Amino acid sequence: MRYVMVIDTLKCVGCSDCVVACQTENDVPHGYCRDWVTESVTGTYPEVEIELRSERCNQCDNSPCVRTCPTAASHIIEGGIVLVDRDLCIGCGACVESCPYDARYRHPDWGTIDKCTFCVHRVQKGQNPACVSVCPTNCMYFGDLDDSNSEVAKLLAVRKHKVLAEAAGTSPNVYYLI
Amino acid sequence: MNEEVFISGRNIPHIDPHLTLWEFPISLYLFLGGLAAGILLFSAILHLINKEDEFKGASKWAPMIVPFALAIGLLALIYDLGNPLYSWRLYTTIRIESPMSWGAWVLLIVTPMSMLWVMTYVRELFPKLKYETFKMPFLYKIEAFAIKYKKYMALAFLPLTVILGIYTGILLSAFNARPLWNNAILGPLFFVSGLSTAAATVILFAKSAHERHWFSKIDILLIVIEIGLIIHLIMGYYAGNEMQIEAVKILVGGDFTTMFFGFLVVLGLLVPLILEIFELAGFKVPVIIPAILILIGGLVFRVLMVEAGQITRVLY
Repeated sequence: MRYVMVIDTLKCVGCSDCVVACQTENDVPHGYCRDWVTESVTGTYPEVEIELRSERCNQCDNSPCVRTCPTAASHIIEGGIVLVDRDLCIGCGACVESCPYDARYRHPDWGTIDKCTFCVHRVQKGQNPACVSVCPTNCMYFGDLDDSNSEVAKLLAVRKHKVLAEAAGTSPNVYYLI
Repeated sequence: MNEEVFISGRNIPHIDPHLTLWEFPISLYLFLGGLAAGILLFSAILHLINKEDEFKGASKWAPMIVPFALAIGLLALIYDLGNPLYSWRLYTTIRIESPMSWGAWVLLIVTPMSMLWVMTYVRELFPKLKYETFKMPFLYKIEAFAIKYKKYMALAFLPLTVILGIYTGILLSAFNARPLWNNAILGPLFFVSGLSTAAATVILFAKSAHERHWFSKIDILLIVIEIGLIIHLIMGYYAGNEMQIEAVKILVGGDFTTMFFGFLVVLGLLVPLILEIFELAGFKVPVIIPAILILIGGLVFRVLMVEAGQITRVLY
């Protein structure tokens, strides 16, 4: 079992619906977000390219956050999802400093560290994460990469794709179709 | 052109536009940790080579501030946590890969040991001190125990203080997500800087001109090594990848240039170095000036590295 998210940057229109869905589903504190949309512009006119990406925690296989956590609060569960155990977290911020994607923040009420969970509570019920389920252009896919019949495995087999900050060596599990 | 913007309006406190999660308390703690490690190391070495009476300031007076420095440092660290009441969770596990876990455990060992260390001679320095006055006669037993094992404590301090001193740098350099921190020389550099601030403290506490001159010489050597390591650090960035070259701009030509070159390199290292050499050469220089400059320089260095490092990031 290896949960991955595949996001089609060619279909994304940058509406931020995924962001709002996440904030609602996960009761994210006001002013915070677990996912966000980045617009990346490269080149000079007339050869300009725009890429829209819905970004979040990459649930890395080689997670620096899990490595640097002094209390083992950050851990990886079955399926490769990285979670923070709120009962163990002391809010030291070592994981926040270690994340190349800046995907973690300190929760203003709890004091512990919070981040995207791939909506593990929904996934365990067989549903898609909130962001994936609301995407109006259907540009996001979620599934098990170890299952060669899954939609994500099929897409990654044929489409050109990339991961973010590959040089950081984190082996991320969010793929972007380009 | 290559521009990345958040179009979903991201402005998370302490994360955007760049990290500011670790603030002054962390810098203060790194400074005090390095200072305490250095003083204890000097004191332990002097005990092992039987020079305690020749260097009373270094072996007895200066270490008295160590338990206080460590306590303030620990309080600063705990204050900076998001969930301070649960800080005991640090001691429910040992995480070999996490520098913070190492530091927490080493501090748990070194802090009480530094108190025992001070107890072995505190009544010698203050003969009027009697534990009966505080209704704590059991402290005599602890004192006797500490005196009996003082040599072993000194031997244990050799590795422990080195780990503590280096750890203050490794804590930062272990984060590959912050290119300015991710430099292997930072551990040794913070250690040497800690030793140099410790030597400066000893100079302030020195009881004789002989001791002061000795520690001035040690400090001169340490400052020279530190300058060498800083050159090494800067060269390391320029020899690094795109992210590190981008990161070093913050120190060379960027927002932290004045702090780095003005307050650390010139006022914190070069000026005290010249003053100490002048003093040894026989000129009349109030020793307090270079010592204070070195201490301020050491603190500025920690503040600057903690703040500047969080601004640099992995580019993608």
